[in-house]
Amino acid sequence: MATSVRAAADGSPPPAPPAPGPPRHRKTPSAWRSRLYRLDVKATPYTFIAPFFLTFAAFGLFPLIYTGWLSLHRVELGGEAEWRGAENYTGLADSDFFWNALANTFTIGVISTVPQLLMALGLAHLLNYKLRGRGFYRVAILAPYATSIAAATLVFAQLFNTDYGMINGFLGLFGIDPVNWETEKWPAQIAISTIVTWRWTGYNALIYLAAMQAVPNDLYEAAALDGASRWRQFISITVPSIRPTILFTVVVSTIGATQLFGEPLIFGGSLGIGGGSANQYQTLSLLMYEKGWVTGALGQASAIAWVMLLLLLAVGGLQALVARRNRKKLGISS
Amino acid sequence: MRTSSRTRGRGRRTAITAVAGFVTCAALVTGCGGDSGGGSGGDGKIELRIGTFGSFGYDNKTGAGLYAEYEKLNPKIKIVENNVSDGQKYWDTLKLRLSQGSGLSDIQAIEVGYIAEATNPNMAGKFVDLSSAEGASTAEFLDWKIKQSTTPDNKVVALGTDIGPMAICYRKDLFEEAGLPTDREEVGKLWEGDWAKFIEVGQDYKASAPAGTAFHDSASGLFNAVISSSPEQYSNSRGQLDWENSSGVEKGWDLAVEAAQDGLTAKLRQFDEKGTWNAAFKNSKFATVVCPSWMTNIIKDQAGPDNQGKWDIAAPPVGANWGGSFLSVPKAGKHTEEAAKLAAWLTAPEQQAKVFAKAGLMPSTTKAMESEEVTTAKMDYFGDTPVGQIYSEAAQKIEPAPIGRYDGQVKTFITDNGILDIEQRGTDPDQAWENVKKLIKDKIDQ
Repeated sequence: MATSVRAAADGSPPPAPPAPGPPRHRKTPSAWRSRLYRLDVKATPYTFIAPFFLTFAAFGLFPLIYTGWLSLHRVELGGEAEWRGAENYTGLADSDFFWNALANTFTIGVISTVPQLLMALGLAHLLNYKLRGRGFYRVAILAPYATSIAAATLVFAQLFNTDYGMINGFLGLFGIDPVNWETEKWPAQIAISTIVTWRWTGYNALIYLAAMQAVPNDLYEAAALDGASRWRQFISITVPSIRPTILFTVVVSTIGATQLFGEPLIFGGSLGIGGGSANQYQTLSLLMYEKGWVTGALGQASAIAWVMLLLLLAVGGLQALVARRNRKKLGISS
Repeated sequence: MRTSSRTRGRGRRTAITAVAGFVTCAALVTGCGGDSGGGSGGDGKIELRIGTFGSFGYDNKTGAGLYAEYEKLNPKIKIVENNVSDGQKYWDTLKLRLSQGSGLSDIQAIEVGYIAEATNPNMAGKFVDLSSAEGASTAEFLDWKIKQSTTPDNKVVALGTDIGPMAICYRKDLFEEAGLPTDREEVGKLWEGDWAKFIEVGQDYKASAPAGTAFHDSASGLFNAVISSSPEQYSNSRGQLDWENSSGVEKGWDLAVEAAQDGLTAKLRQFDEKGTWNAAFKNSKFATVVCPSWMTNIIKDQAGPDNQGKWDIAAPPVGANWGGSFLSVPKAGKHTEEAAKLAAWLTAPEQQAKVFAKAGLMPSTTKAMESEEVTTAKMDYFGDTPVGQIYSEAAQKIEPAPIGRYDGQVKTFITDNGILDIEQRGTDPDQAWENVKKLIKDKIDQ
């Protein structure tokens, strides 16, 4: 087994495998063979998992550490790095634009995630019934997820166009004045959240559906015998049973919301990177991009990246705490 | 038997490991290294890549066919153009590639708004000095044009392509409906000498404007025009950013705010990626647009055949230059020598005149500018308008102003975050000004 280990270690072509039943074979000392055998047992698993970890080190760990190093420097694209200590971070704390982007990320996150997950839960519940054409509906709700962000956003940008968009046309039927979906803060944030919601609701619904199908049927039968309504069953059986799944989707959606980038960028057209003329929908990712690639301040951009990471870790930690409390509660009640 | 079967097993495992290792390496290689472009074709030809943005009028399909011509003159060369429509995005990518020294084309175009960034010491060393490139004659260029791409130690980082002498394009039919004169001489007289008069004409237009039209397309466009015609722009004579004390910025801001607040503009953002500005040409939403020579082509494309013959061109209140570009040769390219030769050929007076005839881009060399091909040129779309004459006269009036490396960025913040915010959202001008100040302080790390 020296072959596989050495091939990976130094990249040289493996020595020719021993020919079937060659005379050379018999000459090999048995101690040598058993050493090779031990090496095989120990090293082969590492060789097999190496590709993932090598890739991770190159594209995950290294950028992470390098970004951290950059965030402590003043770096211009193409220029030399200059030590600045924590200045980039304290600069963020004083920057109105950072707080504005953080607030936007939070509000767009809430406006998009909350309705999205509630709708997904409802949809999953409906799809859990015996419907005609159930397979079709299940595929259909996943279709938005398979659409590219760019394509979806371009279509939505047309729908939300202030002058000739379909949505303002529809509102006009009820005598509602045209809404400035592109320039006013809240309408723009709602429009962007709509795109996110549209894309991710079906995906989350399918995850919920899978979890719901694992809920034992006798619980529902027992509840029905006790005279519980469908709604009661949903609240008292379905939701508590899939609580870990709900928590999982909350974590994933929160991460997605914190990194929101493509939708506001494309929705804003030429003003996308700044998030509108008054930064009214600039998210943290957009601010990071603007700092790094438009104005060339890589150190500050890296600092934002690290703040985002820390925020996510904090949110993740909070959710882990909630999960633990949940488990305890379930442990007591059952 | 046992031995042989085990051997086979070993062989397979080795193969899997090797494949896995290879895939990882391949992923690493393609991820880190970029395609550094070009290379020699299998037939021994040298492939020269040229990176451009917007329209340069060189290509074989709609332009002057200069690539085909050069390939004919130099059978060993094959030219491939790489075009990006958005100039800002093009520059952002180019900066990144220059800093990495990879992914670059042999020739890279640079817009005048960024040329001062390219000549600053951080970046100038990444370009081949073209002052003595084969076929390049730096004396041919307009004095201020070649100065813009020359470093303090007299290295020429790029050769000028075109300049953007400014005029005003206006809709004859809409002017007539609003009771204004339509003859280009008379129209030019209306606002001659002062941009404030241009606003006054706008107010007259608004008083009896055809329904659904505005006088001007965008307040930011007006700001650009006013500042282009000011001797003081964003930077002082030493090239340092000094926009807050610039008389040009102050005047441009005041006039743009006035136009926005009086409702003289169609509240559009020029070059908007969503195409609202483009569509407004076709739908006749405004009667005037500030019109550097390269804008004539945009009007032709966007206003379309339905509006042919309705546009005319008048002299601007004050002459100025808006836009224009350069060709540079990055040192990291593969065939720098051949690339420098091509750049010199493309920017030579003869070729510039051909580009003007086809695409309306005003030459940046004196010889081409004064050639008959240019001065007598007309464009079908503008009827009998003496386009060549108007723009060569406008080019004479250009007074160069000092430029600096942050000009482009400052302009974007003032127009996209300041003026557009007032125009579209009715923000109080003082507050918008404060906001621009904060933005520039926060985003431009000097």
